[in-house]
Amino acid sequence: MSDARSLADIKSDLAAQVQQVMTRYPTTRSAIMPALDLAQQKYGGVDGLTYQAVAELLDVPEIWVFEVASFYSLYDRAASGRHHIRLCTNLPCLLRGAEALMMYLQQRLDVGPGETTEDGRFTLSAVECLGACEQAPVLMADKQYHGDLTAAKLDALLASLADQPAEDLS
Amino acid sequence: MSEQVLLRNIDNPNGHKIETYEASGGYQGLRTVLRDFAPDEVIEEVKSANLRGRGGAGFPTGLKWGFVPKDSPLPRYLCCNADEGEPGTFKDRILMERDPHQLIEGMVIAAYAIGCRTAYLYIRGEYHLSIDRCQQAIAAAHARGYLGANILDSEHSLEIHIHKGAGAYICGEETAMLESIEGRRGQPKLKPPFPAVAGLYECPTVVNNVETLACLPHLFRRGGEWFASIGPDHSPGPKLFGLSGQVKRPGVYELPMGMALGEMLEVHGGGALTGKFKAAIPGGVSAPMFPRSAFDVKMDFGSLAAAGSMLGSAGVIGLDETASIPVVARRITEFFSHESCGKCTPCREGLTWAAKILRRIEAGQGQPGDVEQLEMLCGGIFGNSFCALGDGAAWALGAALKHFRPEFDALIAAHSQAG
Repeated sequence: MSDARSLADIKSDLAAQVQQVMTRYPTTRSAIMPALDLAQQKYGGVDGLTYQAVAELLDVPEIWVFEVASFYSLYDRAASGRHHIRLCTNLPCLLRGAEALMMYLQQRLDVGPGETTEDGRFTLSAVECLGACEQAPVLMADKQYHGDLTAAKLDALLASLADQPAEDLS
Repeated sequence: MSEQVLLRNIDNPNGHKIETYEASGGYQGLRTVLRDFAPDEVIEEVKSANLRGRGGAGFPTGLKWGFVPKDSPLPRYLCCNADEGEPGTFKDRILMERDPHQLIEGMVIAAYAIGCRTAYLYIRGEYHLSIDRCQQAIAAAHARGYLGANILDSEHSLEIHIHKGAGAYICGEETAMLESIEGRRGQPKLKPPFPAVAGLYECPTVVNNVETLACLPHLFRRGGEWFASIGPDHSPGPKLFGLSGQVKRPGVYELPMGMALGEMLEVHGGGALTGKFKAAIPGGVSAPMFPRSAFDVKMDFGSLAAAGSMLGSAGVIGLDETASIPVVARRITEFFSHESCGKCTPCREGLTWAAKILRRIEAGQGQPGDVEQLEMLCGGIFGNSFCALGDGAAWALGAALKHFRPEFDALIAAHSQAG
């Protein structure tokens, strides 16, 4: 997130890409979602300072940015761990054991859904359908899908992610 | 196995590349359209082939295009719905990841038919690989003259922009999707006016699903008559079915419509994971489930509607004898409750309430009268919300209560006896 960054830093980081995105639409308001996405890719989440920066870059009211950021579930408005694990718990995954795997992950990481481990490595979320039901049970770790999960596969995944840096964060 | 049209490149590791696509006849449909068809003739051909939308409603595609006013001075927009979020549905992801040029070519043809120069491809944000592959496909199509100004030296020009969704199932509803592209919360709008008249930026807009658009290159390369000859008269053309849940061989299958549900699950899905099937959901979780006794229902728009369900997204979820229907109903209702956009009271409050009762029943705290209460809630939600989310949720829960009431009663009775 943007703890140590000033509003001016964020605006200057995002300005060129946001300008580019604005050319795709006839209204600047349409660029709010892409601009929030750029901010999230850059800082790992969005917060009040990023809303202000996006609003100023697009010359729209800040409330418009907040309305969007608070509606859509993929914008991380709280600090996330280095890796975000989103386990699908919807019906096709549930029918193939997702609820037991959720319990297993909670025990392994010692966190509840929506929480981050004490060492800041992992955030665990239970999410709605990931659209990969043929691989159920499935999760998304950062940007990568992992399917046909078992407890052993989860162990291997956690081990492989533990020392990896987060993706796309500058 | 019938001919694979939409999935012919599915197992090719280079299926997403333009060279592979061109080698298998790709962009020939577009050449034919630009050479031999006026825009109105494209619409007529799609009407006569009877292509029906593959997104859920099954609305005739040519008819939808025909609603775009001919005399409007405003720009026209095409929006591709790739927000696929209904549990059990993953066919559009497969198309975008493995053979995205079908979609791009289809969008160019559709844009030509309606006179559109700017199109948006709304892909759900979780689909990172789909987004990358479609972005690459757009760039490759540009480089070959299939996109941009004066496509294949014609007067038709088109730019396609990807708009990433950000995790809201409701954005699969067309007016909510348009709100989302405009930079707002994805909340549905009352229709009319329909998007064809006043859609994106209040301009005439057509919204089509990925699979619908992906059918177009084939329809024009091989002709409307060929297209109409596949499957039953009222539901023709190649169709993708996603099989998931407790089936032995989950996956996406291309099959003609009109096959019996049971045959699809047994022959193509490989049968039940353990024992026998108990029930199945034919078209994503909003489509009411069928008990095994009704597995001879035909998998097409009309037959499923007549039997009290719908083809929807054609996401077929098998439930075997180990599945608890109260648990299934609880999870489906929780999904819709979570994904309600909050605009309408019956959907927002009713589904929260229903999910609460279902969790209570599952936890062994059910009370006499709970099933009646759930039925009352279904009746209060169905038909009383702006969009189909509330209807779908109530319809799905209602079917579980209707076909499997003894399972709910048994859970409630066990508690009453224990108490």
